[in-house]
Amino acid sequence: MMAEATHTVLNATDLSVGYFSKKKPLVVAKEINFNLKEGALIGLVGANGVGKSTLLRSLVGMQPILSGSIEINGKQLASLTSLQLATQLSVVLTEAPASKNLTVRELVTLGRQPYTNWMGSLTDSDAKQIAYALQITDTEKLAHKKCFELSDGQLQRASIARALAQDTPLILLDEPTTHLDLYHRAYILKLLKQLTAETGKTILFSTHEIDLAIQLSDTMIVMTETSIVCDQPCKLIAAGNFDALFPKDTIGFDKKTGRFSIKK
Amino acid sequence: MQLRKKHTAYFWALAALLVFAILLNISLGSVSIPVSDVVSSLAGQGASKETWNFIITEYRVPKAITAILTGSALAVSGLLMQTLFRNPLAGPFVLGLSSGASLGVAILILGAGAFGGLLGSVLLSQWSLVIASAFGSFLVLLAVLAVTFKIKDTMAILIIGLMFGSVTAAVVSVLSYFSNAEKLQQYIFWSFGSLGNQSWSGVTIMTLCCLLGFLLAFSSGKSLNALLLGENYAKSMGVRIKRTTILIILATSILAGGITAFVGPIAFVGLAVPHITRQYFKSSNHFTLLPAVMLSGAILMLLCDSVAQLPTSEYTLPINAITSLLGAPVVIWLLVRKRKLLF
Repeated sequence: MMAEATHTVLNATDLSVGYFSKKKPLVVAKEINFNLKEGALIGLVGANGVGKSTLLRSLVGMQPILSGSIEINGKQLASLTSLQLATQLSVVLTEAPASKNLTVRELVTLGRQPYTNWMGSLTDSDAKQIAYALQITDTEKLAHKKCFELSDGQLQRASIARALAQDTPLILLDEPTTHLDLYHRAYILKLLKQLTAETGKTILFSTHEIDLAIQLSDTMIVMTETSIVCDQPCKLIAAGNFDALFPKDTIGFDKKTGRFSIKK
Repeated sequence: MQLRKKHTAYFWALAALLVFAILLNISLGSVSIPVSDVVSSLAGQGASKETWNFIITEYRVPKAITAILTGSALAVSGLLMQTLFRNPLAGPFVLGLSSGASLGVAILILGAGAFGGLLGSVLLSQWSLVIASAFGSFLVLLAVLAVTFKIKDTMAILIIGLMFGSVTAAVVSVLSYFSNAEKLQQYIFWSFGSLGNQSWSGVTIMTLCCLLGFLLAFSSGKSLNALLLGENYAKSMGVRIKRTTILIILATSILAGGITAFVGPIAFVGLAVPHITRQYFKSSNHFTLLPAVMLSGAILMLLCDSVAQLPTSEYTLPINAITSLLGAPVVIWLLVRKRKLLF
């Protein structure tokens, strides 16, 4: 699939993530190794509580890592200032914008912050990037609407537009499909796929929509209590990695269809 | 672009309204002075009566300037706090600044009995009230900053501010229980707030505080805009959260603390003005909102003061009561009309 994949955008080596409690570090996930290639769509899946969010928070520098290393475009994550990081990596979080009074255009415009002057004035190239972000996420018609007027699906598209306006080689999304109906879940994931193809950005998203992720992702990271594997979906299926995701007596995985089913 | 044109029009309208409010404010009072005389006096040509000249330059102009500074400073601090705490109910005093000021003044006035009559009366000059109030605010500011350095959660700062409020209320009750009626009245008069009786030196210090505070507020404008998305998003866009939080708290303390020291705790302006301004500016950009709330706050304060003077009578109503009487219905009306109070 990614035969000519070349440049590594994000590299994690012997990474362990978790929290520093008072005496000793509390490890949530360890021995994490993966390479994310330029232009790839990567799905991060795992059961509740295995540390998907902790891993994502560590990858975006919101919490310190316990050991190992994270490199973004060849530079150590910890060595980057917050402003440098903001030009490398943008995020779409599960939380909605705190101020619901923002219009979609204001929201997307904020994405240009790392590049604008102290007053946030927009140059022509800023305006172009904003227009592009609105156009590709199909939010142009919503531009003057306020966030509290949007549906969950529209808000998610606007949030993705903001991340796009930030114009970073890497975009990380934390469960972008929660609260959405089946159509919008598929729509958002297809949009992400389209973005990787059109812009060459690397997009990592965590999700519980494993079926959809298997169909669309170039690479998947499967997190279980015991291991963290990163590979192409078809290889992961062949190796039986998805079988280990959930307790077998409740949820079974069908290798042929690539779908989960409830065991009755 | 259309929005920008509308904003420009609004700014001109507000500026015109401000001029009108200033002239009205200076012309009204226990002695009514015709607006034409006010204008000629302000232009340096002198009013038609010498006493009017004196009243204008020594009493009414300092009072008008105080009203402008108070209104704009409290409105700006209210806006800063609403954005920092992402809470539409936040105002300039959520950090406990007015509580600190009240405590300082309460200890000075109500505790002065303990120092004996003579010393007590020396202590109670106007400047000692200012110093006690500023000192109280400053102590609370230090406590809040110490907490900010230690605690990650911004909301915790909000709760700490509320706790300071409770502690102050408790200490003030204890002090009032043991003090006599005269002292109590004096304290209550201070808590009513007063824009009048400011000396020119007081006005100068207030102006400097406000300029510094406004400078800090404008320099944080871009970070404030980012904070509208929440702390995590702001951080992901390169905002240094801790530095920004401290700058915003400093700006608020200098503005609200400085004003409270001179005019006492003024309720409501800080909470209401940002909401009123957002309604007609329909913008979340702080570089638009900051000057807008400054103008609106100044106008509101001038009008409230004109009402409080009870034109042509010798009485002056407590300014604190007037701001609440005018402010509360406006906020209720906004809530009923919009059914939402968004920040």
